Amino acid sequence: MKREEIHIEWTFRLFAFSSLLFLFLILFFILFEGSPLLYKVGLRSVLLEQRWAPTKGSFGILPMVVSSFLVTFGALCLGAPLGLFCAIFLSEYASRSVRMVLKPTLELLAAIPSVVYGFMGVVYLVPIVREYLGGPGFSLLTTSLVLGIMILPTITSISFDAMQSVPGPFREGSYAMGATRWQTIWRITLPSARSGIVAGFILGMGRAIGETMAVIMVAGNALSIPKGLLEPLRTLTGNIALELAYATGEHRSALFTTGVILLLIIMIFNSVANFVVKKRIVR
Amino acid sequence: MKRLLLVFLLILLVFLLYGLRRGSKEGFCHLTLIGSTSVQPFAERLAEEFMAENKGYLLDVQGGGSTAGIQAVRQDTAHIGMSSRELKGEERTLKSYLICYDALAVIVHPANPIENLSIREIREIYAGRKRSWREFGWKDRAIDVITREEGSGTRSSFEDLVMKGEEIAPTVMVQDSNGSVREIVANDPYAIGYISFGLVDRRVKAVSIDGVRPTEENIKRKVYRFVRPFLFITKGAPKACEQNFISFVLSERGQGILKREGLIPVL
Repeated sequence: MKREEIHIEWTFRLFAFSSLLFLFLILFFILFEGSPLLYKVGLRSVLLEQRWAPTKGSFGILPMVVSSFLVTFGALCLGAPLGLFCAIFLSEYASRSVRMVLKPTLELLAAIPSVVYGFMGVVYLVPIVREYLGGPGFSLLTTSLVLGIMILPTITSISFDAMQSVPGPFREGSYAMGATRWQTIWRITLPSARSGIVAGFILGMGRAIGETMAVIMVAGNALSIPKGLLEPLRTLTGNIALELAYATGEHRSALFTTGVILLLIIMIFNSVANFVVKKRIVR
Repeated sequence: MKRLLLVFLLILLVFLLYGLRRGSKEGFCHLTLIGSTSVQPFAERLAEEFMAENKGYLLDVQGGGSTAGIQAVRQDTAHIGMSSRELKGEERTLKSYLICYDALAVIVHPANPIENLSIREIREIYAGRKRSWREFGWKDRAIDVITREEGSGTRSSFEDLVMKGEEIAPTVMVQDSNGSVREIVANDPYAIGYISFGLVDRRVKAVSIDGVRPTEENIKRKVYRFVRPFLFITKGAPKACEQNFISFVLSERGQGILKREGLIPVL
């Protein structure tokens, strides 16, 4: 190889690996700042205690872990069926021209900054929930609704891609057997695309659990585990963003510890999604 | 290729030199103020007036909270820190200037008929023992209680003045600025919150505490007791630039501005 070629290759290699470097830097710093406290008070008391008063020596983040999962699940309850039906329509029913309009619209939905979702939530959704359903309006329900809409594009586009990658002969075979369009979708297309659809759900959940700005604005950020759909709650991300500005000393480390836990959860989500997708490719 | 690099380096050099010259220009002051979101809006007003009157000053006012401001001064990332609480512990090694007093106001929605609450009642609401407005003779509707986040100067003053060692219940909602507390109370008829008195406007109602209305006069006569200091913090003796601004704030003119904004001057 010419020398110039080698230089160029190494330049590109360097840039490619820089993303890895950034990931490790972030990992390193979060662990570096967060783990001393984790060692000091123990993983158990961080994960299982309910009291969070970091300036008074209590670092229990259980309510936030539970709340994070609750809103993620809530978002999935709204986002999953909507996203899946949207993907089915786009992939199986929509004509070329309809798809040309709908797909970019969905992508635009993904491009709206989260603070805008939060703002809409505070201005419109919160008063409606307060007025007609009760409670302060800042609640599990409101947060789930906002997040459900936010993860819609993720779920739709990944499910759509999965259904598009189901080979045409599968459907043709089904039609040849006399199956209707719906029978074909229900019995052939959806089962074949299952792993891709599940991966879409999991990545959507990853997005929901990591969302911060919109959540802070509509969740109410109370420290207890919500006992009902209409009660306020605080997520892991919300906890970090809300308190970081003022935090010093152990309080600060406690927020990094929150970050460590959050990172672990998101890594698990992503690995599961990767695993599910890989299984499909191998098959 | 080489020529391109040379040109790039030259441009860089010019920028660097320009920056150095500008930074060292005689009599040019660039001050950074960081700290309490309660002090911030007033510091911005003061900075505006000060910059309009004095050429060669550039003041940059940022929020972040009392603790963050004090920390920033210690680490030399800010020239002046703004605090809405007294210094405590190690922080006492820093130099502090009392610029004015501010009162805390407990606010409710204007549609709320309640005019007066005792300190005890407020404590019971925040400790989660009184949960319904019916206990205060209004509708049977849960109280939407709002507090500030852990570490906030306003919250720590509130805890000192009201909670008396008791803890704020975990079911209480948390917001991270005076502005968002006011915004929620202004929109939710059943909410209660506390903010800086200087920031109370017509969209919310400040209730009397133990029968004392939070008016400027009552605050000045020290009848109204929910009062806290606003401090400017420097590390060691202030340099000429910083001293000039602090003197301006403490002058009749600066205090007059603070007074017009609803705060209680120290003069």
